[in-house]
Amino acid sequence: MSKEAPDYGVIVADGLWTRNVVLAQLLALCPLMAVTATATNGLGMGMATTFVLVASGFSVSLWRNFITPEIRIPVFVLIIASQVTLVEMGMNAWLHELYKVLGLFIPLIVTNCAILGRAEAFASRNDVLPSMVDGFFMGVGFTAVLVVIGGIREVLGAGTLFSNASLLLGEQFSFLEMVVFGEDYKGFLLLILPPGGFIVLGFLIALKNVIDAARVKRATLRAGAKGLPVTSERVA
Amino acid sequence: MSRAKIISAPFTHATTSVPRTMLLVMLALAPATLFSLYQYGWPAIILFFIILASSLLFEALSLLIAKKPVTPFLLDGSAVLTGWLVAMALPPWAPWWIGVLGGFIAIVLGKHIYGGLGQNIFNPAMVARIALLISFPLEMTFFMQPQPLFAEHSPSFMQAMNLIFGGGINIDALTSASTLTQIKVLQFDGQSIEGATGLVGDLQTAMLGALPGSMGEMSALLLIVGGVFLLLMRIISWHTPVAMFASMALIASVAHFFNPAYHPGVLTHLCPGGFVLGAFFIATDYVTQPVSNTGRLIFGAGVGLLTFLIRAYSIFPEGVGFAILLMNAMTPLIDHYIKPRIFGRSKSGEPLASKQPGGGVQ
Repeated sequence: MSKEAPDYGVIVADGLWTRNVVLAQLLALCPLMAVTATATNGLGMGMATTFVLVASGFSVSLWRNFITPEIRIPVFVLIIASQVTLVEMGMNAWLHELYKVLGLFIPLIVTNCAILGRAEAFASRNDVLPSMVDGFFMGVGFTAVLVVIGGIREVLGAGTLFSNASLLLGEQFSFLEMVVFGEDYKGFLLLILPPGGFIVLGFLIALKNVIDAARVKRATLRAGAKGLPVTSERVA
Repeated sequence: MSRAKIISAPFTHATTSVPRTMLLVMLALAPATLFSLYQYGWPAIILFFIILASSLLFEALSLLIAKKPVTPFLLDGSAVLTGWLVAMALPPWAPWWIGVLGGFIAIVLGKHIYGGLGQNIFNPAMVARIALLISFPLEMTFFMQPQPLFAEHSPSFMQAMNLIFGGGINIDALTSASTLTQIKVLQFDGQSIEGATGLVGDLQTAMLGALPGSMGEMSALLLIVGGVFLLLMRIISWHTPVAMFASMALIASVAHFFNPAYHPGVLTHLCPGGFVLGAFFIATDYVTQPVSNTGRLIFGAGVGLLTFLIRAYSIFPEGVGFAILLMNAMTPLIDHYIKPRIFGRSKSGEPLASKQPGGGVQ
């Protein structure tokens, strides 16, 4: 077990961008396709998933020295499932309207491979605090992608943005609810349907790759100007 | 010293090339297209050129983004042909943004996402038609009785501009359901369709067109002429179209024989030009149909079967586009199982024994 001090800058950058759950790891695509028909649903799903990521990071990391490798996966699943149940009951109690929209997909957070992936790849090998930070920023990165994809699909597909946001965030956030193209916009139905999720996701991944390639190129040029060898692909 | 240019092998070239193939296909499409443009008047002509322009524009943009050489690819005719086929698959009086979106979907989502010409899994024109049909069912089923150019009710150029760019004139009086739509409505009501089939009852109307429908559905006869031209020029092989016609004719006639009140006759299935257009010009796309002749027979038969099933039992009155896309998805599977024998090897890939004494295979 590595005892080096965790580099929180790297953890944050990994979660938000470099190893983004969706754009780099291509995990959690099932909830992504299912709920991103609107930005609000994406935000709600992202927040629920983030909570589970942080909680499971905490528990798995806390118990990591007591869990034998042979049975780690069932134990992880039990931990994650109990926390998802808490989230589901909490949403049913306090965010009932949103629960009615997202309810079907909340139990499926258990099967969200991103959460099991972080438990396996990070939380079971690191201390509690870094695991929770990792879970939080992985969750925020996931939420950001969900909101962006949901927003694009909603604007083009239905002509609105953040519809029903007040159900999720309370009445004071109803200003977020926008009608972008006016009442007589008929909507581009394909984007609301599942193919739209794949198309938008594909364009976003392509965009990330283009940006990353440009950053690597710029870093190479900079290093080359200083006469330094380029040692790592990772761009600080 | 000789001034002869030194050329390396191969010394014999076939005359086929992408631009030549595209040009011949366009030539084959031209009679049916011109007739349709004449029948549907200025709105169809304006829409046709909108789609061609948007296809070329998106092709150029995609090539620029992909850092490919723009001019040779733009001039090889593939983008024009794709746009042309999109136009044939849309209602002739659709608004301008349907056309622009069609060009975008066909060229960008249907072709360049996969890596450009020759890399796409699905026929780009059909991708555009189906994506638009699912997204905008109202606009995509907005057919009208043909209004031949310069006829009494045909819109003038300015009226047509209004129609395409803004929905300016009242056209309620001119709209009409296509034959297959009328049949679908009757099927859903549980009524006998035998009254509606009178529309295409006589062969002449069905072949020459003058029925409401998509632009390419106008004249089966002229499409067949174009298809036969392509067969004679050896641009397409006979396997796919013949298998499509044969399977559709067989299934439709059996179904019609047993339940004439629900299933229209063979002629109704084959003749409004959508099926003919699909058989000769869309399903025969080199990129998205199987390589082997046996594979093409299976592919065509599958398209015919699926078209019949979709027309008869789904909520969509027309199924050629869906059927072709579904069989496009099956193409890699067909190619996997039906491979041509490699020269000098048996079907299972074993080297053939030499018949000459002493000349064994190493």
